[in-house]
Amino acid sequence: MRNDPSAVVGEAPLERILIRADSGSHADPVAEFRGVERVYRMGNQEVRALDHIDLVFRKGEYWSIIGPSGSGKSTMLNVLGCLDRPSKGLYELGGEDTGLLDDDALSELRSRRLGFIFQSYNLIPQLNVLDNIMVPLLYQSNPPKDGEERARHLAGRVGLQDRLDHRPRELSGGQMQRVAIARALVNDPDMILADEATGNLDSQTSREILNLFDELHKEGKTIVFVTHEAIVSERAERVLVMGDGRVCEIRETAKEPRA
Amino acid sequence: MLHKLRSGLTTLGVLFGTSSVIAMLAIGEGASAQAQEQIKNMGSQNVIMRSVKPLEDQNQGSQTTRILSYGLTQEDRERVEVNFPSVGRVVPSRLVTQEARFEDRVITQPRIVATIPDWLTVSGREVSAGRFLTESDMSGAKNVCVLGTEVARDLFLFANPIGKRVKLGADYFDVIGTIEPRMRFDSDAPGAGEETTKELFIPLPTADNWFGNMNMSRRAGSFNAEEVELHELLIGVTNIDDVIGIANASREMLDRFHDDKDWEVVVPLELLAQAEKTKRIFNIVLGSIAGISLLVGGIGIMNVMLATVTERTREIGIRRALGAKRRDIVAQFLVETVVLSVGGGLFGVALGLLIPKIVQWYTDMPTLVTLEAPILAFTISAGIGVLFGIYPAWRASHMDPVDALRHE
Ligand SMILES: Nc1ncnc2c1ncn2[C@@H]1O[C@H](COP(=O)(O)OP(=O)(O)OP(=O)(O)O)[C@@H](O)[C@H]1O
Ligand SMILES: [Mg+2]
Repeated sequence: MRNDPSAVVGEAPLERILIRADSGSHADPVAEFRGVERVYRMGNQEVRALDHIDLVFRKGEYWSIIGPSGSGKSTMLNVLGCLDRPSKGLYELGGEDTGLLDDDALSELRSRRLGFIFQSYNLIPQLNVLDNIMVPLLYQSNPPKDGEERARHLAGRVGLQDRLDHRPRELSGGQMQRVAIARALVNDPDMILADEATGNLDSQTSREILNLFDELHKEGKTIVFVTHEAIVSERAERVLVMGDGRVCEIRETAKEPRA
Repeated sequence: MLHKLRSGLTTLGVLFGTSSVIAMLAIGEGASAQAQEQIKNMGSQNVIMRSVKPLEDQNQGSQTTRILSYGLTQEDRERVEVNFPSVGRVVPSRLVTQEARFEDRVITQPRIVATIPDWLTVSGREVSAGRFLTESDMSGAKNVCVLGTEVARDLFLFANPIGKRVKLGADYFDVIGTIEPRMRFDSDAPGAGEETTKELFIPLPTADNWFGNMNMSRRAGSFNAEEVELHELLIGVTNIDDVIGIANASREMLDRFHDDKDWEVVVPLELLAQAEKTKRIFNIVLGSIAGISLLVGGIGIMNVMLATVTERTREIGIRRALGAKRRDIVAQFLVETVVLSVGGGLFGVALGLLIPKIVQWYTDMPTLVTLEAPILAFTISAGIGVLFGIYPAWRASHMDPVDALRHE
């Protein structure tokens, strides 16, 4: 197992590809891809953003997805997050075949089981910090009664207890991303999905955010994050290397096993 | 509401639409209510036959003295009484052209109506003081008179006229009573339904004795006289269902016995139906014009909402990603449009209630705000908000979340 963070993992020669799509641990699967394809058709041109992918994400696992631009990382995350549907194949979330669910049911899944963190933070500009954190609860069919309490607690956890009634435009990038993390946690999701969460941040701030991810992982959260920086991908326990819509390699980083 | 100015301007469209619906209906209703009241004052159960001066012959113009004889006659009266058994009462009257005088006060052109006691009940008027003409006034051809409110006021100011003597032409008449003016339909509206003529009443036989059928007038050196037996036959029909039949029969009868068209038959009931029809057309036309302005307001709202949806595409993507269902997005935008249109509608109702008052104040045009008008206008404006909000909201809810999230 390589341990050199500067290695260009995305361009591993084909013969060295080692595919272990399932860690095979005894933890329950959270998300499962079976023969998933996502094909974009533009005129008579076809783009296979995801090309026959078999994968199992298990509870408590800490994944990073890396690969060159256009390799299908975001597409993978969108399908995982039920924002997009596979063109072909099966995607199960928490044992449920998402292909059988309608738009409303998928929305409900998103609000209950998933937490999203985006590169550009994606906070709602007219809402203050507290309200932004509470947005996912707004759309649950029976939201928890302690929602506000939870949101306050999470804001405290990401160090924003003094900014609860600030608007996003009054915050720095790092602070906005912390709000987004608190928002991703407020519904106690089965899986946290982050697409280039540190892409807009300086290295110091990125480190703080990644430290937060590490902490969440230690608490047993399932995390999948996309990055194009090898050094960042090494923070995860399992690194998924993508190329051209395919899984090129899955590596386990040599990190001390979690307690 | 991110854009207060834009929302405000949009709301104006609905505001003016709503207020113009109300104002237009109020003006239309006012005009027709006035017309209807005037018609009802003639008595909806009455048929009125009137003498009409026939069109003058051109070659008679050179004559310096002529007597023109036309109009209804006592024979017409008898024919009505004989031919129409269901008729309740037939009231003849003749107009007398004389000055009215009390001490040094003069009314040069009063409307002196020579008639019979039944006039009061058939015309539906009421005595305010003293009494109206009676049978004994008739049989004795007494020199008595009953004054209308205006005549009483002009001749006697605020003194009690009863028992005083009024001079009509060369003769003195005892004042025996006064009658109430015609009912006004809206005390706010100046001129509405008010008595416009200076009426006073004398017994018909008295008029026969003193003034005859001849009314004389001098004009530009020539001397004209008109001979009219009866100016009006007021027919009080007992059963309202017979009114139209009797009106038609009266026209036929007069047509047969009069060579000239020196008469007319006025049927308040027919006029009422006509007025109602006119009012309906009037309301439809005014309502449509106002409705179009509401429509324009609605299109304005739709325009702004479409812009808002585009502007907030990203927010829609975020909300969808975080679990908002399509109906949550629809609701969010629909609520916003309804707030805009209902806000405009409410201010519009307020302005719409104000405009008729202003119009009435400045133009003396009677206006009438019915309860339905603001309710109708408000409902339409809110409905338009929903209607024109549906499409933008639908568009927002059917965006692809991934695309929406990528939107700049
Ligand atoms: N809406 C779309 N329509 C057509 N093609 C698309 C669409 N979205 C993605 N693609 C194509 O699918 C492929 C994978 O795109 P994806 O966004 O998943 O790449 P990525 O790995 O996230 O790249 P990056 O690192 O630049 O974000 C690309 O070739 C892209 O052109
Ligand atoms: Mg991407």
